[in-house]
Amino acid sequence: MTTKEIAGKTIHFDDSGFMADAKEWNNEVAVELAAEIGINPLTEMHWQVIEFCRQDFLANGDAPNVRRITKQAGIPTKQLYKLFPKGPAKKAAYVSGLKKPTGCI
Amino acid sequence: MKNLIILGAGTAGTMVANKLRPKLNTSEWNILLVDEDETHYYQPGFLFIPFEIYQPNDVIKPKRRFLPDGVELIIGKIDRVEAAENQVKLFDGRQLNYDYLVIATGTHPRPEETPGLEGEAWGDTVHDFYTFEGAVALADKLKNWPGGRMVVTIMEFPFKCPVAPLEFIFLADSYFTQKGMRDQVELTLATPLPGAFTKPVAEKHLSQMLADRDIKVVPDFYTEMVDTDTNVVMSYDEEEIPYDLLVTIPVNMGADFVDRSGLGDELNHVKVDKETFLSPHYNNIFALGDAAALPTSKAGSVAHFAVDIFTENFLEHIAGRPMTHRFDGHANCFIESGYGKGILIDFNYDVEPLPGKFPLPGIGPFELLTETRMNHWGKMAFRWIYWNLLLKGRPIPMVPAEMKMAGKELELIST
Ligand SMILES: Cc1cc2nc3c(=O)[nH]c(=O)nc-3n(C[C@H](O)[C@H](O)[C@H](O)COP(=O)(O)OP(=O)(O)OC[C@H]3O[C@@H](n4cnc5c(N)ncnc54)[C@H](O)[C@@H]3O)c2cc1C
Repeated sequence: MTTKEIAGKTIHFDDSGFMADAKEWNNEVAVELAAEIGINPLTEMHWQVIEFCRQDFLANGDAPNVRRITKQAGIPTKQLYKLFPKGPAKKAAYVSGLKKPTGCI
Repeated sequence: MKNLIILGAGTAGTMVANKLRPKLNTSEWNILLVDEDETHYYQPGFLFIPFEIYQPNDVIKPKRRFLPDGVELIIGKIDRVEAAENQVKLFDGRQLNYDYLVIATGTHPRPEETPGLEGEAWGDTVHDFYTFEGAVALADKLKNWPGGRMVVTIMEFPFKCPVAPLEFIFLADSYFTQKGMRDQVELTLATPLPGAFTKPVAEKHLSQMLADRDIKVVPDFYTEMVDTDTNVVMSYDEEEIPYDLLVTIPVNMGADFVDRSGLGDELNHVKVDKETFLSPHYNNIFALGDAAALPTSKAGSVAHFAVDIFTENFLEHIAGRPMTHRFDGHANCFIESGYGKGILIDFNYDVEPLPGKFPLPGIGPFELLTETRMNHWGKMAFRWIYWNLLLKGRPIPMVPAEMKMAGKELELIST
């Protein structure tokens, strides 16, 4: 566990470098996390994905995968890759303050 | 008379029938099982067929042999569940009324979900081992394969037995080494996840295994399509992996009737409570095994532990009492690693795979997150356990439904 100052708040990160507590997240934190991984600015479409990821995480306890984001948030896969290049599920989870999507092992 | 209908007579459905028949009075309860196939497949054995460690006959037996007296098996394909009317419709027009319904129709490979996969190259340069036919065809292919680039791609997550692709590539390394042709084979594993191992403790203990075996991993690779004219797999990122032999883990999806019945998620897995398996919308519908959308592995061992919990709860539920047992997501999987060795992992919803001994703390005989010969024998013994204990609903000695922390070593991983 490490901590970092982001947007004037102390944020906890887990061993994978993802936010440890989704409750510490807010919109300003998202903007900074996104900029840090080269996504700048966050557009309307980015926010739509972030909103969906957060809601889905709160409901199911897991960050959604690509298929789930595209089907449920209604965003074509190609477009999702433009918004969050190279691993959109992982990057969207990172910016949304959620845990890294993982397998069983 | 009351009707309990179980959809799917695979691992989970068969276990439920065996567990509940002795507990439900035959003068009050009918138990009906519905499945489209008379044959029971031991799916974990599909992994060994391509390498001729198992023969096709080792993994098939008639379903009826594992069903207790007093359970009726109906052979037919399920069309839909009319949940509001407590009715199941089959494609042949039959309609079955239930008081309680258990959905255990599993999850199955869907090569048609990935553009390019199912063309003329299927069975030639493009294969899978997640079906009986696929595993047998791949055995045939490997017999005379001269070597080249073998690429294993996972198309989507979740899929059943998430360790099987790793096992496959470990066994391929061992198989080609024994054939004296390992230097003519390049092995690559492409996964949509951030790595072959994604849990910190497992990653620390096991990631070196891949490098030691000269197996290349391509993480974050989400396949868009396969071009079988030029033999390349393409990702949405427009990365390309060329292959000579492609072994795919196709997208896994639950049965289509789940979707038609409005009970599923985007992969047709049934939405249920993760601790009791009860549908959030219908008080008389449960889903068990791979069919259920649960945040744990889709595996036979999980189905086994889940059925233990379910049986107790079901008896309380039909008696109008609250369900008092909670499933913790317990999974216990042997990972075959080639050269006569294996690894064992034991985990649940909250605890990731940790090192230690299993099932007896300090003694074993199995070692968690470590490669040993004994673990390999555990994997081989699983087939006997499956046919003789597990399917029949008999307890597996010393392996409880709930995960135990005793015997596990807690490790602090820090970055
Ligand atoms: C290659 C491979 C290796 C594996 N290795 C392991 C391992 O080492 N350890 C482990 O624990 N697990 C392993 N598994 C996973 C294990 O086999 C499954 O998790 C387990 O069989 C799930 O049981 P189930 O009852 O949920 O589904 P299944 O056993 O698949 O049963 C589903 C049943 O439903 C029927 N059905 C489906 N749709 C319909 C329909 N529309 N109408 C009528 N019938 C229908 C099917 O015919 C089938 O009989 C492996 C799986 C594979 C493919």
